[in-house]
Amino acid sequence: MGKTGSAGNHGGRVRSDCLVEIELKASGGIDLELDSRVEVLYGHSIRNLVQALVLFYEIRNAKMRIKDSGALDFVLAARMEAAIKKVLPGETREFLLPDSRDEFPEPDPARYRFTRLYLPGNTPSMMLNAGIHKPDGIILDLEDSVAPGTKDEARILVRNALRALDFFGAERMVRINQLPLGLRDLEAVVPQHPDLVLVPKVESPETIVEVEEKIRKISPERKVLLMPILESALGIERSFEIATAGRNTAAMAIGLEDYTADIGVQRTGEGTESWYARSRLVNACKAAGIQAIDSVYSDVDNEEGLRDTVSRSRSMGFEGMGCIHPRQIPVILEAFRPSAVEIGKAAAIVEAFEEAAKMGLGVVSLGSKMIDAPVVKRARRTIEFARKMGLI
Amino acid sequence: MKNAIQDMARNAAGRDVPLSVNGKPQVPYAGVNRFKPEGRRYGPPIPSCNDYPADGDKRVPSLREALERCGLKDGMCISTHHHFRNGDLLANQVFDAAHEMGIKNLVWFPSASFPCHQHLIPYLEDGTIHHIEGSMNGPIGKFTSEGKMKGLGVLRSHGGRYQAIQDGEVHIDVAVIGAGCADPFGNANGLSGPSASGLLGFALADSQYADRVIVATDNMVDFPCAPWQIQGNYVDFTVEMEKIGDPDQIVSGTTQITRSPDRLYLAELTARFCDAAGIIRDGFSFQSGAGGTSLAVGEYFRKIMRERNIRARFARGGSNAYLVSMLEEGLVEYILDGQTFDLEGVRSMRENPNHLWTSPFTSYNHHGKGNFAGMVDVVILGATEIDLDFNANVVTHSDGFLLHGIGGWQNCLYSRTVILPVPLFRDRIPVIRDRVTTLCGTGELIDVIVTERGIAVNPAREDLLEKVRGSGLPLRSLAELKAEAERICGKPESPRFTENPVAVVKWVDGTLLDTVWQVRQ
Repeated sequence: MGKTGSAGNHGGRVRSDCLVEIELKASGGIDLELDSRVEVLYGHSIRNLVQALVLFYEIRNAKMRIKDSGALDFVLAARMEAAIKKVLPGETREFLLPDSRDEFPEPDPARYRFTRLYLPGNTPSMMLNAGIHKPDGIILDLEDSVAPGTKDEARILVRNALRALDFFGAERMVRINQLPLGLRDLEAVVPQHPDLVLVPKVESPETIVEVEEKIRKISPERKVLLMPILESALGIERSFEIATAGRNTAAMAIGLEDYTADIGVQRTGEGTESWYARSRLVNACKAAGIQAIDSVYSDVDNEEGLRDTVSRSRSMGFEGMGCIHPRQIPVILEAFRPSAVEIGKAAAIVEAFEEAAKMGLGVVSLGSKMIDAPVVKRARRTIEFARKMGLI
Repeated sequence: MKNAIQDMARNAAGRDVPLSVNGKPQVPYAGVNRFKPEGRRYGPPIPSCNDYPADGDKRVPSLREALERCGLKDGMCISTHHHFRNGDLLANQVFDAAHEMGIKNLVWFPSASFPCHQHLIPYLEDGTIHHIEGSMNGPIGKFTSEGKMKGLGVLRSHGGRYQAIQDGEVHIDVAVIGAGCADPFGNANGLSGPSASGLLGFALADSQYADRVIVATDNMVDFPCAPWQIQGNYVDFTVEMEKIGDPDQIVSGTTQITRSPDRLYLAELTARFCDAAGIIRDGFSFQSGAGGTSLAVGEYFRKIMRERNIRARFARGGSNAYLVSMLEEGLVEYILDGQTFDLEGVRSMRENPNHLWTSPFTSYNHHGKGNFAGMVDVVILGATEIDLDFNANVVTHSDGFLLHGIGGWQNCLYSRTVILPVPLFRDRIPVIRDRVTTLCGTGELIDVIVTERGIAVNPAREDLLEKVRGSGLPLRSLAELKAEAERICGKPESPRFTENPVAVVKWVDGTLLDTVWQVRQ
């Protein structure tokens, strides 16, 4: 028996994925056993991809078994690479298919992050159409939604997904694992131009510094934004230090499942138990000039509960929430929708600013109130958002 | 027996079709609304009361005896129906009995087949059944596509089935009608009993035109069984059986609204399109299937109708809990039921005078003096493949295998606006193709394709385009959508076929629209 390795998933309700098994042999060339539900339409294409992979990794003799339920090339390639790396320890080369984009604009720290959709990093079927639901951000998650034994294959899949997927303008986000594992995640994903990296369970500013340094080493040219997630009592206590630790921290989020477990209470719908933590986090974010982002709401079927939570969240000063299902997106957006009064006020501010600019005035005032630059900026964003929502 | 080499003709859709099917001459498809039928309708033999029990008790002890007394012989045609869907135990028992009797070369003429009917594959193999005229789904579809059926399969729509019977294209020797409730005289309905299935509309033509009619039930009641959906005056024999249906499977599993975010989005886009096109207005009518996406479209309709206080005059098609709740909420004035998908549907049909019975005759028959399908404002259908000219396939998959029946799909294409919400690709398989594997409906009758990545409106529907322009809906051409799917999935190869036909697809007027070929393994 030669060395064997496998990666991927097959059977049951698995779709758009494949299971690759490889066994190194001493002779006999490449023996491929392909069982694909798209054999008739893509059999040749899959075989060609296998050829490309074994050539790239210089495998001459192996038995390879692929059970495919309609995996796209970027998935097939990721699964093969992961299986091959199990039989060739020490192999670090990456097999990359062409990138679907040719421009990689700098991420914008100030953009909206009302909704960000979590996708389990080892489940390709959920990735393919995530963008059509138009979240503000899509998070390819390498942390809690990926089983410990599949971290390596998920990392490769997420790396390939960043090159292949159309995000439909959503911010390209990756949640890495806690350090030190997260540093390996960074090595794989940062070269693929993510816009933002979520750093989980942060409890000290040094973590952010370490992550930022690592990113700068991998990608000195293009910056990557950070969103630390605070999920413990200690993290909350150090929230301001964490919020101000990095140069590219654009937002900070709270993770309430872990936080409530950490302080030894049950998470409730009303959230009284986390009121202090959330207020403290919001305050730290505002003091640091970054966005405050609320936890996810885990009961997907309870639309009313989500609506209540997000409206409370907004009134506390949060500027976004995580989503674990696309149907949460419109509910959250709706709750963040500016009211007619807010839109009117914002329009007046923008108008006053433009008026003042036209007249060459350095100071803008509306009625008896002076208007600061950030207020104008916020008003502009309100107008932009209202336009996006079709309200004006 | 079928031959590898047959006389073929190229029809008006550019498809090669045989000139003879199972020994019967055929007319190639001539285009939409081109074929004009001639002659008179078919008539069954004239019966006499003298030959039937004076007390009206037509019961015989067993299904086999009923078949024997019908004079079942080699080469005859037996019809059954799919009211019990995947819970049908009757068709299987009919052919068990025929097999026991040693009868060969039967034609099975079901209104549809389901996976449960794979029980019949051994009878297709041993020659008890020569071929199927109806639908070839699941395992039977695969069997057919592999070229294993002795004769050529014939696929028809629900309306086409009525037309074929009425026109005498198909002569039914023995019709076996399963009913949730019946009396000894043969009056029957599907409204009660352990095998209650709601409507029995698919059996109407068979009761009217078959030489011999058997009604089988597991819930025999004293005369009169009322209301009668099947009239006993058409019936030769009645049989009381232990079990004719599996209640869990009769209520088909498709009647749950999809939870898939992508399908929900498709449904939402479809509803938004209908709204932007001005279709959802007071007094409108719609038909939406029983699939998860179609049900979701109905729910989005409901939202819009509630918000704007709009009431539909009628909804046509399969009934289910969701549609019933719209009826009871007053959002829909009438349900024109063609098939009852769950027990809520059955209850409503029993209790609500506005829940109406229809049949393939009233709804779909193209050789009638009009039908209901043409009067529906908007119908939501599916497809396995669509080409750049909006032609669509519903019977074979892209790998070439027969998998589904036509159902009412072809007939519904006559509705005022036909919308097909389809995912742009399913597990890597793109839906928009250079050429559909099997042509089931021509593009001139298909108006809108809704995918999760854009909506394509048939350029012939300038009126629709006019209305939805500027609505913010993502309008794109089929060519653009196809290119996008191929960018994501890669360009697919085509399935390969032998030169042997395995089945033919009829158009609603009985002409031959396309041929299904044996898949090359």
